[in-house]
Amino acid sequence: MAKGMVLINEDRCKGCGLCVSVCPVHILRLADGRFNAKGYRPVEVTDPEACTGCAMCATICPDVVFTVYRQRRKPKQAAATA
Amino acid sequence: MATVEIPADMELVYKYPESLTEAHTHYCPGCTHGVIHRLIAEVLDELGVRERTIGIAPVGCSVLAYYYFNMDFAEAAHGRAPAMATGLKRVSPDKVVFTYQGDGDLAAIGTAEIIHAVNRGELFTTIFVNNAIYGMTGGQMAPTTLPGQVTTSSPYGRDVETAGFPIHMAELVGQLPGAAYVTRQAVLDVPGIRRTKKAIKLAFQTQLAGLGFSMVEVLSTCGTNWHMGPLEALEWAKEHMVEYFPLGDTKMTDRVRALKEGK
Repeated sequence: MAKGMVLINEDRCKGCGLCVSVCPVHILRLADGRFNAKGYRPVEVTDPEACTGCAMCATICPDVVFTVYRQRRKPKQAAATA
Repeated sequence: MATVEIPADMELVYKYPESLTEAHTHYCPGCTHGVIHRLIAEVLDELGVRERTIGIAPVGCSVLAYYYFNMDFAEAAHGRAPAMATGLKRVSPDKVVFTYQGDGDLAAIGTAEIIHAVNRGELFTTIFVNNAIYGMTGGQMAPTTLPGQVTTSSPYGRDVETAGFPIHMAELVGQLPGAAYVTRQAVLDVPGIRRTKKAIKLAFQTQLAGLGFSMVEVLSTCGTNWHMGPLEALEWAKEHMVEYFPLGDTKMTDRVRALKEGK
């Protein structure tokens, strides 16, 4: 079960690759042989299960391509008593 | 975008800011103008002031900023954004007024406007984007171009003997008594982007509290006119620009410090 999830608005992407360079789990790449409406190679996720929802891609993206979801943290106390 | 089912145990941690329109920007791939636009939008969303904010767009690459921000915007003549902001803020003190200016706009043709607006202690906020070059007109030397930097109008590199030295706007403006909060930040990596967002937020909070003029200088890139790819441009800026333009606050009055620590 993935800890996070990113949604990619492909048509906003300009293929600059900044997100690819910051993703700590290396699951982003620019599409190979596929283009978006602007004519760029859009970013895509190679392994959605590995996503941690850290939102570093969204933090560096100049074109607001990403929407990021992350698993709710369980309350610490509950985890400690369990 | 296809509809995707979001698992029930997931929460939204990043969404498109309300303070940006849906428009696609004309900026080159990897241009940090997009990042800075986004940070301003996120801050205005967080402060809940979008509907009473007026932005002032400059002349330069960000001349079309009014298409991208989802709020009232005015377009100033080249370099005159601080004069326009002065008027808007004085007649509508309840509005949040900010100027968005590049180095050609603020540090060249608009130097007089920014210096005097700060010196009068005008209560608006300036976001100053410094990328050490004139982007829109084709990569000519700007007042902020580094010594030895090759541009289309300094093909042998900027010679300080004839072209002078890069101008340090944050230090210059920070000296003036009218300034409450002046800082220089950089959007060249994720931690830097987070710090820049905090600085932009504090700048707007300074304005909301009526403490004086606030400015955030943001070191930015221009991959196209530096003739580099987006990543290479970030590295070049980290290596060369940060050395010449040191990061940090150049002015923080005690009241702004109290505001920052109180939050």
